[in-house]
Amino acid sequence: MNMKVNIAGVEWKNPVTVASGTFGSGAEFAEFVDLDRLGAVTTKGVANVPWPGNPTPRVAEVYGGMMNAIGLQNPGIDLFCERDIPFLKQFDTKIIVNVCGKSEEDYCEVVERLADEDVDMLEINISCPNVKEGGIAFGQDPKAAENITRAVKRYAKQPVIMKLSPNVTDIAGMAKAVEAGGADAVSLINTLTGMKIDIHRRTFALANRTGGVSGPAVHPVAVRMVYETAQAVKIPIIGMGGIAGAEDAIEMMLAGASAVSVGTANFHNPAVTMEIVDGIEQYLKENHMEDVRELIGAVR
Amino acid sequence: MGEKRKENAVVVSQEELAGGIYSMWIETEASMSAKPGQFISMYTNDKSKLLPRPISICEIDKEAGRLRVVYRVTGQNTGTEQFAGLRGGDTISVVGPLGNGFPVGQAKGKKAFLIGGGIGVPPILELAKQMDCAKKQIVAGYRDMHTFLKEEFEENGEVYISTEDGSAGTKGNVLDAIREHRLEADIIYACGPTPMLRAIKAFAEEKNIVCYVSLEERMACGIGACLGCVCRTSKKDYHSNVHNSRICKDGPVFLATEVEL
Repeated sequence: MNMKVNIAGVEWKNPVTVASGTFGSGAEFAEFVDLDRLGAVTTKGVANVPWPGNPTPRVAEVYGGMMNAIGLQNPGIDLFCERDIPFLKQFDTKIIVNVCGKSEEDYCEVVERLADEDVDMLEINISCPNVKEGGIAFGQDPKAAENITRAVKRYAKQPVIMKLSPNVTDIAGMAKAVEAGGADAVSLINTLTGMKIDIHRRTFALANRTGGVSGPAVHPVAVRMVYETAQAVKIPIIGMGGIAGAEDAIEMMLAGASAVSVGTANFHNPAVTMEIVDGIEQYLKENHMEDVRELIGAVR
Repeated sequence: MGEKRKENAVVVSQEELAGGIYSMWIETEASMSAKPGQFISMYTNDKSKLLPRPISICEIDKEAGRLRVVYRVTGQNTGTEQFAGLRGGDTISVVGPLGNGFPVGQAKGKKAFLIGGGIGVPPILELAKQMDCAKKQIVAGYRDMHTFLKEEFEENGEVYISTEDGSAGTKGNVLDAIREHRLEADIIYACGPTPMLRAIKAFAEEKNIVCYVSLEERMACGIGACLGCVCRTSKKDYHSNVHNSRICKDGPVFLATEVEL
């Protein structure tokens, strides 16, 4: 049975990675998960300089999911290259570095710095709803998204995945824009902007007031957006949004994703990614399928 | 493969100690390496509630392979009310032990304050049981006369009580109790709400006493990956490379001088 998938020229041993920001750089989860069994590890977003992130509370639970407004706290690219990449290189998995920034120059600086590093793919976060200055500023306007993609591609040595926001009216239009800008793949969805009010304290549950909603509650939205994107672009799609088990992962692939990312579910069960890899294999066996790629976009 | 896992612990017993305060013993692998001041992540069986509840460890029985948690039911539909409904023989998913725990050995030969406030009282019990020091002064602050765990504290040191309504011990907070009894210490261990810890930190700085505080914050992963539960630190933290430390992983116990409260 074949579990390998090819994402923009990079071969993963299976179609399962983790959603940026839910897995750090893998060190904490390595106590629970055999990282060698993941198709890829996608790191927490890293910027050109360290970012302190938002005030607390940064997380809240909502029905069937959670909200976060971490604010892209990260140690900066220098320490990341010195410490986190060597850690991940110990494992037999692909490394996807998620890149965040507040301006085109910020993104390009990090991408240029990573050009000589031994990492496999770059994921450009233009969809964080929790940082005012950047991220989402590029992720809600097709022209801005196309331009940032083109700028980043000039410096990138690795294939570029553009991570898209669901907080748009036309996801297919956004995907087409980054494809036109030269993106090698897209990943979606980032979190949906939401708000939770604590009725006992009569204030916002998150210090940032708004935050990104994730978890099983958003899964149908993600499936719909992956499907619409798959009908609109030729580049591969990494599907994410509320994947909590193998069934959700398979559904996402049937909608058109070539691979999937598991995010919030890692907080419910630190070893859930292993169960999802096993569950996909089991499904293929039970359905007498020889190749996981048969699932990709099989429902039209 | 990693050496840690989410485990189905078996409930041994459960009782209500005071209004809304429950005590539960569970049989769990987490007991083997647990230290006072650490916590466990407890999961509900409700699929709509994904995140673990971080609950401090109240007692450790390594021989029987058991942990005791004493926790507050914070209301209907909060998840904690489900924990209170568990009975002997039921199972509960847990991950742990998590966090760093109190540096118990630092108290050797010293006069110590072991201070707990509200639902920060329970982790002080195992700390008191394990601590070997010259003078063990346990100061526990409660809302009212429901002074849960008081008798068990009395088996492990000198006990001083404060209550907000004055119905038991000193009326006021834990520092009021310390002042009323003219207590002195060379080292402080404290767990409780942030305003209490802030006051204790100021007290320790004024008296120039080493002080460890156990912090709490809303958590998601509980294992140091998501950066949800950070606290502001005076020095740049090695992991974050900014002035933030992770309460779940680098804490929950910090030197009071190293954190901003």
